[in-house]
Amino acid sequence: MTVATKPLFGVVIFPGSNCERDTVHVIKNVIGAPVREIWHKDSSLDGVDAVVLPGGFSYGDYLRCGAIARFSPIIETVIEFARSGGIVIGICNGFQILLESGLLPGALIGNASRKFICRNVYVRVERNNIPATDGIEKGEILEIPIAHHDGNYICDAKTMAELEANGRIVLRYCDENGDVTPASNPNGSMGNIAGICNAEGNVFGLMPHPERCAETLLGNTDGRRFFESLCSR
Amino acid sequence: MKAQVTVTLREGILDPQGKAVEHALKSLGFDSVSSVRVGKSIEVELNGLSPEEAGKQVDEMCRKLLSNPVTENFSVKLAEPAGE
Repeated sequence: MTVATKPLFGVVIFPGSNCERDTVHVIKNVIGAPVREIWHKDSSLDGVDAVVLPGGFSYGDYLRCGAIARFSPIIETVIEFARSGGIVIGICNGFQILLESGLLPGALIGNASRKFICRNVYVRVERNNIPATDGIEKGEILEIPIAHHDGNYICDAKTMAELEANGRIVLRYCDENGDVTPASNPNGSMGNIAGICNAEGNVFGLMPHPERCAETLLGNTDGRRFFESLCSR
Repeated sequence: MKAQVTVTLREGILDPQGKAVEHALKSLGFDSVSSVRVGKSIEVELNGLSPEEAGKQVDEMCRKLLSNPVTENFSVKLAEPAGE
C-alpha cells in the first residue's frame, strides 16, 4: 500500500492536550499515514478523512473533563463532520469531549477508587464492523494502558439498553482470559465499558490509549491495530 | 446582579469525593454523619439585566455548560447587590 491510499488524519490540539505528539508520531512514523495538526481555534478540518481528539487535560479539566473544550470553535465543525459520516475517534480526554458534545451518550465521572489509574489493562473487542476496529477479530483481547482519573462510564438505563441492543459497546474491560468481571473493571464503569460508538459506527470514543502501545520498541503493539484498521479501508 | 449557581450530583450517582469526606468526618468523631455529597458553587456576576432576564440567561448557562444533565442537577439563586 502506498502512502497516498491511506487516509489523511487530523489531530486536534487543545490547550492542555498532552497526547497529541504521541498520536501524530504513531500515525506518521509507525503507520505511515499523512497527518495534520489542527488547532482548536481553527474552524476548518481542511479535507481530513479522519479526526482524532487526543488525550490530555484540555482546559485543565476545569468544571468537568472536556466541558470547556466542547465549545472550542473546531468542535462545531467536528460535529458537522461526524453527522455527515466522517470518522471521529476520541481517546481518553477526547472521549470525554465526545460525550460533552453529545456525539456519544452518557458521561465519565471520577473513578470509583478516587485514584488516578495509570497501568495496562485488558479490553475485549465486542464489535469489529466499525472503521476503527474492522481489522480486529471480534472477541480479541488487547492489552492497552489507561491513564485517567475520570474514566467511570455512566448513563441512564434507557441509554444502556440501547447501547447493548445495538452493539454500540466496542470495548469492555476484561481479564487476561477475556472474562468481563468486576475485578477486571479498573474504574467502576457500567457494563465494564471502555469504549462505545455512535449508531452509525463512525464516531468512537475509548478511555485506553492505543497511541501509547503501537511500537515494538515499547514492548506492545496492540494499539496499532486501531490505526491499521482505519487505514485498511 | 449576582447569580449563585449550585451544581450537585444527581441522586444515585456515585460520589467518591463525598464518600471520602464522609469517612474523614466519621474518623473525626462526628458519628451522626450518615451521608456526604460534594457539589460545586459557581458565582456569576451579570450586568444590565432585569432579574427575569438574568434568571433566564443563567438557566441557559447551566444547561449548556455549567452542569452536565447526565450526572448533575443545578439550582440558581439571584441576588441584587445591596444599595441598587
